[in-house]
Amino acid sequence: MTRVRYTEELEQLDREIVQMGETAKDMVRKGVQAFLTSDVALRDEVVRLDLDIYRQEQMVEKHCIELVALHQPVASDLRTVTTCLKIITDLNRIGRYGRDIAELSDHGDLDSSFRRIVTVPLMAELSMAMVTDSIAAFVARDDRAARELFARDDEVDSLWNTIFRESLTYMIEDPRNITAGTHFILVARYLERIADHSCNIGDRVMFMVTGARLDPYARKGSSHKPGHAAPSDDDRERKVTSTDGYYTIPLDEK
Amino acid sequence: MSQIEVRDLNVWFDKNHALKNVNMDIEGKRITAIIGPSGCGKSTFIRTINRMNDTIPSCSVKGSIKVDGNDLYGEDIDVTQIRKRIGMVFQKPNPFPKSIYENIVFAPRIHGVRDRKALDAIVERSLRRAALWDEVKDRLDKSAYNLSGGQQQRLCIARALAVEPEIVLFDEPCSALDPIATAKIEDLLIDLKNDYTVVIVTHNMQQAARVADTTAFFYLGELIEHGDTQRLFEKPDEKLTEQYITGRMG
Repeated sequence: MTRVRYTEELEQLDREIVQMGETAKDMVRKGVQAFLTSDVALRDEVVRLDLDIYRQEQMVEKHCIELVALHQPVASDLRTVTTCLKIITDLNRIGRYGRDIAELSDHGDLDSSFRRIVTVPLMAELSMAMVTDSIAAFVARDDRAARELFARDDEVDSLWNTIFRESLTYMIEDPRNITAGTHFILVARYLERIADHSCNIGDRVMFMVTGARLDPYARKGSSHKPGHAAPSDDDRERKVTSTDGYYTIPLDEK
Repeated sequence: MSQIEVRDLNVWFDKNHALKNVNMDIEGKRITAIIGPSGCGKSTFIRTINRMNDTIPSCSVKGSIKVDGNDLYGEDIDVTQIRKRIGMVFQKPNPFPKSIYENIVFAPRIHGVRDRKALDAIVERSLRRAALWDEVKDRLDKSAYNLSGGQQQRLCIARALAVEPEIVLFDEPCSALDPIATAKIEDLLIDLKNDYTVVIVTHNMQQAARVADTTAFFYLGELIEHGDTQRLFEKPDEKLTEQYITGRMG
């Protein structure tokens, strides 16, 4: 093995991405928790984490630039570095959505009807699992696992649509629900975007591994077009599958 | 049809099998870079293209190299004519211990050009072509040894161009030069491909990436991969190529 230091630097880059992914997930996890439990202290913690993830993004970017300037990576190494440069933007956005969700936590007491929107934690769980798996695919250089993310994005889109319609119903029933309803719609939209960003990461991982760029219209197996969050009718019927379950919210205690 | 067609080329130095079954097509008026670790057969390969290896008694060659359809190793081939058509520039600048002018006119004289005006024209044309004219036009009668390393190398390129070759082979032309002289040679190479077919052996992969249209990777006497330079450096087909260009082998 030659280029020992260079190889170590590339491995370090992997670790930095994993760490940044953990921060991003932590922000989303705590953001959703703060939102559902109106926990202002937790919200403030997420706001602090925002600075952390911003610094991490700068650090990875600096590291990538150093690698290019000092080691002139080519082929798969170059794709790894450019992939890192791209996915840190996605990870930063994921973290920022966590903060955006946390900042909606100050919505006062929830009307009982909104407590029935149990899909928010489920949606959070699905989106977070996608983030976890996209980073795992990056670390394992697994383009198949990366590709599987696109199908799972449809499930998240389906939940976003469910929450949107449910919130709308409560808002129509009673205008006092409009603030909370709008917050729920925003949270669902942010979670849906988080899943999209994990798909972006998957997209970059596929390029990193194979060197081939995917047709954006072909990456999903469904009739979706990029940028369209609302699922088509046939996707609405799609069953939501269970998740790995690390995400739990004590709903009954609220 | 490719300008240079190499078929089943095998080269031995005594029992050392230096090139093994090389098959390669080199397009005309393009720059082809040959890369690979030391001892992989890069220099041996380009030296077979103008039969420079003939000067080594232990060397034996099998297979064919056709230039414009004519086999270089066929019978009744005039090696001097081959070397007129296929010029070569070496790693270390090697001007003759003569004036700049005499360096350029040496080969044309051998090929029968005697007229002073014609020789003057060849000197100016060759030096201009090698981007050296403006730097030396006022001291053509001075010794070539007074030139800097980069200038000496461009003089050697001008000398190779003086006999109006079709193909110019470069064996590590920049490895003895500083970065600025290297950049000038690289610019010159890109300019030269408008009129000449260029084959360059280089240890510097960034140089291959910068100047070459196609790149060939040799390893242990075998041609591992030959293709579009950009593709080869972005997504090589062969694992060995990937290992070499990312610096994990060689």
